[in-house]
Amino acid sequence: MRTIARRLAFYAATAIVAISVDFLIPRIIPGNPVNAILARMQGATLSKATIAGLDEQYGVNTKTSLWTQYIHFWGNVLHGNLGTSTSNGFVAVSTVIREALPWTLGLVGVATVISFVLGTLIGVLVAWRRGTWLDNLLPATTFFQAAPYFFIAFLAIDLFSTKLGWLPSGQGHQDLDFPALNWTYISDVLDHAVLPALTIVVASAAGWIISMRNVMVTTMDEDYVLVAAAKGLHRRRVIWYAARNAVLPSISGFSLAIGFIVSGALLTEIVFSYPGLGLLLVNAVSDNDYALLQGLFLIITLAVLAANLIADFVYVFLDPRIRQEA
Amino acid sequence: MSQHIVTGPERSRGDALLEIHGLCVDYGQGSDAVHAVTDVDLVLHRGEVLGLAGESGSGKSTLAMAATRLLREPGVITAGEVRLHYDTGSVADLLEAGTGALRVLRWSEVSLVIQSAMNALNPVMSIRTQLTDALAAHVPDMSRRSRRDRAVELLGMVGISADRLGSHPHELSGGMRQRVMIAMALALRPQIVIMDEPTTALDVVTQREILEELIDLRDRFGFAILFITHDLSLLIEIADSIAVMYAGRLVERASAQALFRAPRHPYTLGLLHSFPALHGPRVPMTGIPGSPPDLRMLPSGCVFHPRCRFALARCADDAPPLAATGTGGRVVACWLQHPPESAPTELARPEPGLEAWAPPATADGQAATQGGSAA
Amino acid sequence: MAVGIGTDRATGAASAPGSLPAAGGRSRAWRLPRSPKIIVGLVMLAVFVIIAIIGPLIAPYNPNVSFANSSVPLPPSGAHWLGTTALQQDVLSQLLSGGRSTLLVALIAGVIATALSVIIGVTAGYLGGLADDVLSMLANIFLVMPALPLLMILFGFLGHSSADNDLVVALVISITGWAWGARVLRAQTLSLRNRDYVDSARLIGESNWRIIGTEIVPNLVPVIASSFLFTVLYGVGTYTAIAFLGYVNPDHWSWGSMLFYSQEVNAETSGYWWWFVPPGLAVAFLGTSLALLNFGIDEFVNPRLRAAGLSGHPSRRTRGRTRQSFGQTAVIRADRGRP
Ligand SMILES: Nc1ncnc2c1ncn2[C@@H]1O[C@H](COP(=O)(O)OP(=O)(O)O)[C@@H](O)[C@H]1O
Ligand code: SF4
Ligand SMILES: [Mg+2]
Repeated sequence: MRTIARRLAFYAATAIVAISVDFLIPRIIPGNPVNAILARMQGATLSKATIAGLDEQYGVNTKTSLWTQYIHFWGNVLHGNLGTSTSNGFVAVSTVIREALPWTLGLVGVATVISFVLGTLIGVLVAWRRGTWLDNLLPATTFFQAAPYFFIAFLAIDLFSTKLGWLPSGQGHQDLDFPALNWTYISDVLDHAVLPALTIVVASAAGWIISMRNVMVTTMDEDYVLVAAAKGLHRRRVIWYAARNAVLPSISGFSLAIGFIVSGALLTEIVFSYPGLGLLLVNAVSDNDYALLQGLFLIITLAVLAANLIADFVYVFLDPRIRQEA
Repeated sequence: MSQHIVTGPERSRGDALLEIHGLCVDYGQGSDAVHAVTDVDLVLHRGEVLGLAGESGSGKSTLAMAATRLLREPGVITAGEVRLHYDTGSVADLLEAGTGALRVLRWSEVSLVIQSAMNALNPVMSIRTQLTDALAAHVPDMSRRSRRDRAVELLGMVGISADRLGSHPHELSGGMRQRVMIAMALALRPQIVIMDEPTTALDVVTQREILEELIDLRDRFGFAILFITHDLSLLIEIADSIAVMYAGRLVERASAQALFRAPRHPYTLGLLHSFPALHGPRVPMTGIPGSPPDLRMLPSGCVFHPRCRFALARCADDAPPLAATGTGGRVVACWLQHPPESAPTELARPEPGLEAWAPPATADGQAATQGGSAA
Repeated sequence: MAVGIGTDRATGAASAPGSLPAAGGRSRAWRLPRSPKIIVGLVMLAVFVIIAIIGPLIAPYNPNVSFANSSVPLPPSGAHWLGTTALQQDVLSQLLSGGRSTLLVALIAGVIATALSVIIGVTAGYLGGLADDVLSMLANIFLVMPALPLLMILFGFLGHSSADNDLVVALVISITGWAWGARVLRAQTLSLRNRDYVDSARLIGESNWRIIGTEIVPNLVPVIASSFLFTVLYGVGTYTAIAFLGYVNPDHWSWGSMLFYSQEVNAETSGYWWWFVPPGLAVAFLGTSLALLNFGIDEFVNPRLRAAGLSGHPSRRTRGRTRQSFGQTAVIRADRGRP
């Protein structure tokens, strides 16, 4: 458990930093966010109390010390009170996020798992077949690794939606009356998820391919792989001997990759007008909806930390050396 | 496969088991190929411990790996044949064998123990898995239960208790790991076990214990061993016959006793002086001056001549053939022995008068006396 | 990677830290490796640099000028090789004008971020102890925090006008992009710190700063170069993403803003591929050139990674002869003139 405990402490520290960043940014950056909100809400009359609440939220026109504000901010966060979303009719930020979160979690979660598994398998194959035509896959992989997610999204839409008409180009589902647990609704949701998921998989699998291939190539030099071959094991089993070890660095590299994948995925959502957090994020910026922006930053960071924790557990499960120490 | 499992000590000793003829191995192809093994002839007999000695870099591992087709790229076999004699009397040329045929004979006929026990075991798999997966691959009808029993039995043979089955390599000491490797190598009762520097990474005490266990096991099960080491003094204690390699070539091959008491090649003589004998009085270590040649730019004539203190004028131009000399099937590649009259006294000591290889009465005891008689 | 680009840093992390070979002196660190990857990468990058410099000058038209009143983009033709936008502007001219800001911002961001990562990484690795703990923690926190939301919250509060300033954009990008380099450099410094020549410098009483400047940093050159390239790559992707979101100065063209305007009128659902494919490919190929250079350096540091296809001379040994198969050494009977 020692490894996990250490990682947990690190995630706690990261969460504290994220919350502090949330608190500090409006207070450090010059300008008056409340005025910006009021300017944006032109016409709408806001009650004195609402404005006072905004003042307090952003530390404007207040006499309380920064520290007291900070403590207060923490109190709010811990109670799940992330303020109200000015661009969504003053609904609680937590409510707005709660509606969008499952879409993002589902899309990005599934796409990331598919991409990891697929990329890792291809990486193993390319490494095993080193010196064959498969090596030519690597420059192509580099291209996909360098292409922006949203550009791949454009291509996917142009090809599969506009030209071929196979799949819808945007939204999360048809305008059906309400989400229902019937096949029409579910298949419709899946239909809408295919292209964004494909985009995320294509854009992010390249990284897994290259990292797996590189580690695998080094691992295949290990004596235990030679011994596996000497034992007359089936070729698949010999590959497994190497791959089982080579996947470990990919899993520990997961924490670095997931932040980038999430960023790319959010942009993908924007292209597809997918009803997830990415769309909320752009709208929050363009509508000066600061509370929503802060809440989204916090939630996305926490989600990434949770994904990291899962990767840690998987790692501990897969590596007996850490498992015993843990 | 089952016939390999029932074979045991009752096998007749002495006839050829693995014959290597004219084996040449390169690293790389074309003009910049490194000729790591050149024209090696070697025969391993049933039940024999054949030692392969030589400085590191002389091509011992390359030879063993190539003969089993396990050599990694850029290694390429460029000539020769490797004939494996089955119990049934049939013969297979390993260099002509396809993937499937190789997979079947691996481990069931020829198994392997390599130097670094730490790296030879897969760090993320349990000992049990690594012991049983060869069984599962070669004896498909063996039940899970009996595979486990066999694993326990194998561990017992090398003195490791059954509760280590669930352990992972990092939980075992270096000596235990090497014992596990040996147990693993015997899982399918192969006729041949190739051991490449099996004890080099271990401390002297552990090294001794493991060698003794190994010889016991050999006596119980009668497998033949190709024992590779740079440590000639160790070979003299356990090997029946010894082949000495230099720059990828065999330079001398003889019975262990003959080679030890009456070396015929200057390089063998140098090697004998490079290590203190494990038993017996200490002799000054003079070793061999200079360093092994660059295989890309081999010296002309006898490849050993730049380092040879007996070198003759012709040695720089003519390569000596590996030819029989004296009695007992000894072969030497040195002009001093062709004809033998030209040899200096160090290289012309009287032969101990043994056959090239005869089954040792008590391998262990005899080895000790050999060492003891060093003075 | 990054916001947009798609280079997962796991790649670098898996191979880079701790794999720098013993660079006994400093001469090795300076030798430029010549592998096909490096050459192809350099040539591609040179093309982009030239476009950045002279692109706006050789553009056939003013990228802002509308040629007609129609709002339907025209496909490629003799007059407009890459067609027109919905505002009837020339796509080729926009493409040629769009490289400058992208490269410039990415370069500035790369310089700032690399400077930060060298300072923080080397300090942490060299000093060790508490300083190391705190700085490493900081770097790890920045690594694990998703960059896009952080960028968006920064730009959100900075307001759109601030994002018009390229220098501010570069600064913001470098704030989110220094941590990876710092982490790798820390690991390398740590392994260099205990080398003999560093010890002996310490023994003869050289100051820490002198040792860092003369013994440590010169030996880190390949790693610094690789982390610089990586940050520029990150900068290209991030700048394009920010421009795609419409947060940069609309007065100068960039490939990201071309994508922004094409998305505004749904070019991708209307089949106007000539509008968004050129800028997208430009970004992707610019990124590819940087990534190839980066891999070239990685392979220089760790030669085992070389593939037979795009790799250098090490595989000349086996090139084009036979396929080697693991566990079944090739037998190629060849008379090599045995003795
Ligand atoms: N991959 C390789 N490429 C080129 N030369 C190699 C390679 N591996 C080994 N060699 C060379 O082959 C020779 C024999 O090596 P090896 O069989 O390992 O010797 P030993 O086992 O006797 O120490 C050495 O001189 C070594 O330099
Ligand atoms: S042939 Fe000549 S050089 Fe070679 S070992 Fe014999 S005496 Fe020495
Ligand atoms: Mg060896």
